[in-house]
Amino acid sequence: MEGWLTAWTKRALLEVQTYVRLLGAVGRALVTPPFYVHDVVEQFDAIGVGSLTVVVLTGGFTGAVLALQSGFTLDQFGARAVVGRLVSASMVKELGPVLTALMVSGRVGSGIAAELGSMAVTDQIDALRAFGTDPVRKLAVPRILAGVGMVPVLTVIADAVGIAGGWAVATSQLHVASSVYWNSVVEGLVIQDVWMGLIKPFVLGFVIVSVGCHVGLRTTGGTQGVGRATTHAVVAASVAVLAVDFFLTKLIISLLY
Amino acid sequence: MNLRTPRSPELEEALGPGAPIVVFDRVSLAFDDQVVLDQVSFTVIVGHTKIILGASGAGKSTILKLVLGLICPDSGVVWVNGERVDQLSEAQLMAVRTDLGMVFQEGALFDSLTVRENVGYKLYEETDLPLDDVNRRVEEVLGFVGLAEYIDRMPSELSGGQRRRVAIARAMAIKPRILLYDEPTTGLDPITGLSIDNEIIKLRDLEDVSSILVTHQLRDAFYIATHAAVRQDGQVTIVPAPPEKADQAEFIMLRDGRIVFEGSASELRRSGDEYLRTFLS
Repeated sequence: MEGWLTAWTKRALLEVQTYVRLLGAVGRALVTPPFYVHDVVEQFDAIGVGSLTVVVLTGGFTGAVLALQSGFTLDQFGARAVVGRLVSASMVKELGPVLTALMVSGRVGSGIAAELGSMAVTDQIDALRAFGTDPVRKLAVPRILAGVGMVPVLTVIADAVGIAGGWAVATSQLHVASSVYWNSVVEGLVIQDVWMGLIKPFVLGFVIVSVGCHVGLRTTGGTQGVGRATTHAVVAASVAVLAVDFFLTKLIISLLY
Repeated sequence: MNLRTPRSPELEEALGPGAPIVVFDRVSLAFDDQVVLDQVSFTVIVGHTKIILGASGAGKSTILKLVLGLICPDSGVVWVNGERVDQLSEAQLMAVRTDLGMVFQEGALFDSLTVRENVGYKLYEETDLPLDDVNRRVEEVLGFVGLAEYIDRMPSELSGGQRRRVAIARAMAIKPRILLYDEPTTGLDPITGLSIDNEIIKLRDLEDVSSILVTHQLRDAFYIATHAAVRQDGQVTIVPAPPEKADQAEFIMLRDGRIVFEGSASELRRSGDEYLRTFLS
């Protein structure tokens, strides 16, 4: 039992050490040449535009079901008219950033781990190094920049579509007047909420993509290893998103509110 | 178009004909409790080929990774092209690697790039050469390995042998002084394997490239050692090498991370060592 615990602790510490080293290398690569601008643009497209459909669908249905569920609950207190307030506050502060991040973890985190993992097990990463190309600069930095840049954009889109989805349900199913809904949406938000909703996705985008890159670059064990890496990346990124979201929320509340 | 990395006059003189371009001095490496290399020492002379033989897991491919600086030895010294690579940082190694070409097992071509982009990868990405010059060089090396018409294909559209030849073209595109081959013919049929062997011979004899070849394909190893490429009337032909030329290709046999034989093809054939006889039979 003790031997197993020691081995597990060593593995965990090694994992943390290599992750921190990756972050250090990314930090250096961000401020020193060479820069692979073409790859950055490519990744903005792959991560941002490529995730648009899934984020729009997630945001829309979440806003709609939120209005549907909360509408009937609010009815019990005669407060159906404030459904917009509940939808906007929930979407902007919490559900928009977290659900977008979870969707991106599933789509992008797994994709990055699988792609880099395949490159690792077929010697393509070593081939890059043999050609004098730093894999962190060429592969990790463009993806991390795209994650940090595009997850906030996707979150804002998810928020907007979610609030619109809530409006569709509020007006068609709950028979709340359109003007009442939109007034309630605006009243439900304060500027600190908007800041919270904007700060979170930058951090969550970084976490998702850096975890995907870390897991992908460390892949061993052939195609089986690639499968394992993909699963690990999604699980680790999803758990990290929820954990980071909690601590970030606590930090932002203590700083801004 | 001069693609070779410039060297100082002193280094150029020091690494002239007959000088060692790669030196391993008592190199040892272990992964956890498993000893991979144990006090391995050898040199590769400029323009010569070192052929490393051994069973799977004997530590052959590890030697190539040590030359490239992809891994670091636990002890011992590795000199490559006048630089002590075992002491260099990753950033410093990038400069050393500009003079090295590597043909990986299975090719290790970049899946998402075309043959053209794979072959010209280094020139497109890491140099400021004009695009026309790079395209010309890419077409030239693809012509050298006989795959000019496949320039716009993706790696997934190529056969195993074609992928290896593209990998050779990619490695030679930057005109490296040293080429490393990791099992270049393993898993290929004899005819395709022979065409790869011919490319290796042509590079050694016509492009003056020093090379380390890791293989357990004895037929290919002896063929490369005992043949030479000559240019006659503009045509390149592969002919049996004269004995003094054949002796320039030196063999190393690795067993459990230790060198158990070092010598020429003829010495290897004459060896009475029981393990070598078993391996050669």
